Amino acid sequence: MIQVKVGLGTCGISAGGYSVFEALEKEIEDQNLNVALSETGCMGMCYEEVLVEIVKNGESYIYGNVTPDKVKKIIDEHIIHNKIVKDWVVAGSNGFITDQDYFTKQKRIVLKNCGVINPNSIDEYIAHGGYKAAQKVLSHYSQEEVINIVTRSGLRGRGGAGFLTGVKWKFAHQAEGDIKYLICNADEGDPGAFMDRSVLEGDPHAVIEGMIIAAYAIGAKQGYIYIRAEYPKAIQRLQTAITQCKKKEFLGNHIFNSDFNFDIKIKEGAGAFVCGEETALIASIEGKRGVPRLRPPFPAQQGLWGKPTNINNVETFANIPWIIINGADTFATIGTDKSKGTKVFALAGKIVKSGLVEVPMGITINEIVFDIGGGIIGGKKFKAVQMGGPSGGCIPASMGNLKIDYDEINRTGAIMGSGGLIVLDESTCMVDVAKFFLTFTQNESCGKCTFCRIGTKRMLEILERITDGKGEEEDLEILEDLAYKVQRNSLCGLGQTAPNPVLTTLKYFRDEYLAHIRDKKCPAHSCPLLINYVINPKKCTGCMLCLRKCPSNAITGNKKEVHIINPEVCTKCGICYDLCKFDAIEKV
Amino acid sequence: MEQMESTITESAEELEQFKIDLLKKEDKKGSLIPLLQSAQETYGFIPESSIYYISEIIGIPAAEIYGVITFYAQFRLRPLGENIIKICQGTACHVNGAKNILNAIKNELDISVGETSEDGKFSLQSVACIGCCSLAPVMMINDETYGRLTPKKIAKILKEYK
Repeated sequence: MIQVKVGLGTCGISAGGYSVFEALEKEIEDQNLNVALSETGCMGMCYEEVLVEIVKNGESYIYGNVTPDKVKKIIDEHIIHNKIVKDWVVAGSNGFITDQDYFTKQKRIVLKNCGVINPNSIDEYIAHGGYKAAQKVLSHYSQEEVINIVTRSGLRGRGGAGFLTGVKWKFAHQAEGDIKYLICNADEGDPGAFMDRSVLEGDPHAVIEGMIIAAYAIGAKQGYIYIRAEYPKAIQRLQTAITQCKKKEFLGNHIFNSDFNFDIKIKEGAGAFVCGEETALIASIEGKRGVPRLRPPFPAQQGLWGKPTNINNVETFANIPWIIINGADTFATIGTDKSKGTKVFALAGKIVKSGLVEVPMGITINEIVFDIGGGIIGGKKFKAVQMGGPSGGCIPASMGNLKIDYDEINRTGAIMGSGGLIVLDESTCMVDVAKFFLTFTQNESCGKCTFCRIGTKRMLEILERITDGKGEEEDLEILEDLAYKVQRNSLCGLGQTAPNPVLTTLKYFRDEYLAHIRDKKCPAHSCPLLINYVINPKKCTGCMLCLRKCPSNAITGNKKEVHIINPEVCTKCGICYDLCKFDAIEKV
Repeated sequence: MEQMESTITESAEELEQFKIDLLKKEDKKGSLIPLLQSAQETYGFIPESSIYYISEIIGIPAAEIYGVITFYAQFRLRPLGENIIKICQGTACHVNGAKNILNAIKNELDISVGETSEDGKFSLQSVACIGCCSLAPVMMINDETYGRLTPKKIAKILKEYK
C-alpha cells in the first residue's frame, strides 16, 4: 500500500497544508489510485512547509514547499511512474538527504512520532509501540518502583525551571489524602515558543500515556490538561485522543484490567501568561482570576481544591513512556552530568531553517545555530540567541560553544526555559529586545506584587527613554537596582525572572546601551528615533511616491528629480523606507 | 446598547443552553470560565445580562465574575468587527519587523490594537505567538494566515476584505 502523508500541524496548515491535502485527495480520486492519504503532525522542518511524505516499496521521500499545483507532477511521476521528482525532495531513504546534519545532530525521543503517525489514530500510536509503557507499569510495577525509575533517569521538568520530575512525584505520592490530582500544564505562553503545541498536535497519545503513568505513581484518579484556548487544533486532537482512550478502556475504570481508575478532562485557559505558574494555574482551573499565591504549602501538599496535586509540563509527560520502555539507565546515558535526555527547541528568528528540533543535552549553541539551523539568513553576522522567552535572557555569539545544560545556561543569566530559541543577528537591537520582553511581562503581570506591577513599569519607561535617545548614564544603575528588587520581591516566577532579559543584555551588550545614551545612535539601525532617513541620489528616480505619502511633508523634489528628506521635519515614521520601490531610502 | 439588548432577548433559547450546559457539569465549582467561554461563543462577546444570569445560577457575585472577565485576555465585553485581524507579536515576528506591519495596518484602517473600525469591518488584535515562526512576520485575518509580510503587502491584503 502506498502511503501519502501531509504535515498538518499549525505550521503546515498556515503554509497552506489543507489546500495541498485537498489537491492530493482529488488527484488520487480522479486517477482512481490505491493510495492511503493521511494527515500527520509537525515534521519539524517548518522552513520547508508544506511537507508531503510518500512511502512506497518500503522507501520514504519527503517533498518540501509543496503547493497544490505541484501535486499532479508528484503523483504522476512518483506514484504512477516510480520516478522521484528529485528537485523537490528534501529528505528520503537511501541516504537521499539534502541536509545531513539537520537529522544526524538530532535525537528524537519526544518527537519520535511527530510527523510520522496520524495523530487522530490511536491504532497507529499503538502500532508504534504506544501504551506498552502504561500497560507494563500497571501490571508489573509498584508506585514506588515507577517513581524510582523516573528519579534514576534524571529527567528534569521541561517547563523551564528543571526540577527533578521523580522527586516531584515522590512529594505528591507521600502527601496524605484520598483525593489527589494530576495536571498537565499546556499553557505554553512564551512568545516564539511552539514546542508543546507541536507535540500535542503531532502525538497527543504520548502525553496521555505519560499522564496515566504519573497518575498511577502519585495515586491520582482525576487529571486535567490546562491548555491555551489559542491552540484549537491541539485541543481538538487531544479531545479525539481522550475519546479513543475511553473507548479502548485506557482511561476510565480498571485500566488494563488493573484496579487503577483514571480520567482526564481538558480545561481551556483564557489567555493569561501568568497561568503558566503552578498556583495561578490552579486558581484558574478553580474558575478564579489566575493570581499566584505564596508557597508553601506547595501544590504537592495543597493544590487544586486544597488537595495534593502534581503538575508537569507536556514535554515532561511525553518523555515518560520512552523512559519506561527503554529504561532509566538508557535515558541517563544521553546528555550531560546533571541534565539528562533531550530537549525540544522551537528554533526561530533570523535563522535559515526555523522549525522544531530535538537535540541531546550537551550539544552546543553553535551546533544548533549552524549545523542544524543552517546559519543566519542573508549571511549576516550571528549576534546572540535568546533562550527562555520573557523569563530568559540573551546569550552572546561569543559564548556559542556553551553546552545546552540547565546549570550551564543558568550561569549565563538566561534559563533553559520551555524551549524557545530565537536567533538574533547584527540587525537586531539588544535594547529593543529587552524592551520587547519587558513590555510583554509588564503587560502580563497579574498586579499582585508591587515590584512586579510597578517596578517593571518603571524599568520599561527607562528602556523607552533610552531607545528614544533621551537616556542618561545613571539610568543604567537605576535599571539594575530596580531589576534586582523586582527579582527579590515578587512572589512567583513571572516577576522573579522578568528582569532577566534586561540584566543579560546589560551584562553582554552594555556597549549598545551606552551607544544609545552617549552617542544617541542605535548600532543596529533599529530604534526609529535614533536613525535618520536619507535618499540615495543614485537610486532615486523621482517617482514622487514617498513625497506624496509622507505624513509630515518632509520630502521635497520635482518629478524625475532626486528627492530630499528634511531631517528637521521628518518624524522618522519609516513609511517612505517601506514604500520606495527602488530601495533609494537608507537608514543612517 | 439598545440594539445589544434586543439581540440578547432574541436568543433566549441560546441562553437556555447555558442552563443545560451547566446542569451537565458534575463539578459546579470551577465552571465559571467554561461558562463565560460558552457565553462568548454564543454572542461573540459577553453581554452584561449573561453576567447576571451566570451569577444567579452558580452563586458567584456579578462583581467577582466581572473581575474574572477583565483578568483574562480572551474575554470581551463588546462585540467584534466582521473581520478579525490578529497580528503576531511573537519574538520571531518582532525581530523580523512586526512593528512595521502593525503600523501599516494602523495607517490603513485608522485603528489601534484592541479597537474596531468605525464601519465595523475590522477588529485589530495582537497575539503573542501564532506558532508559524518560519513565516514571520505573520498575521491572521479570520482563519487565513498571511506570512512573510511586508508593509507593502498590507494594503493589498486588506482590500480583499473591504
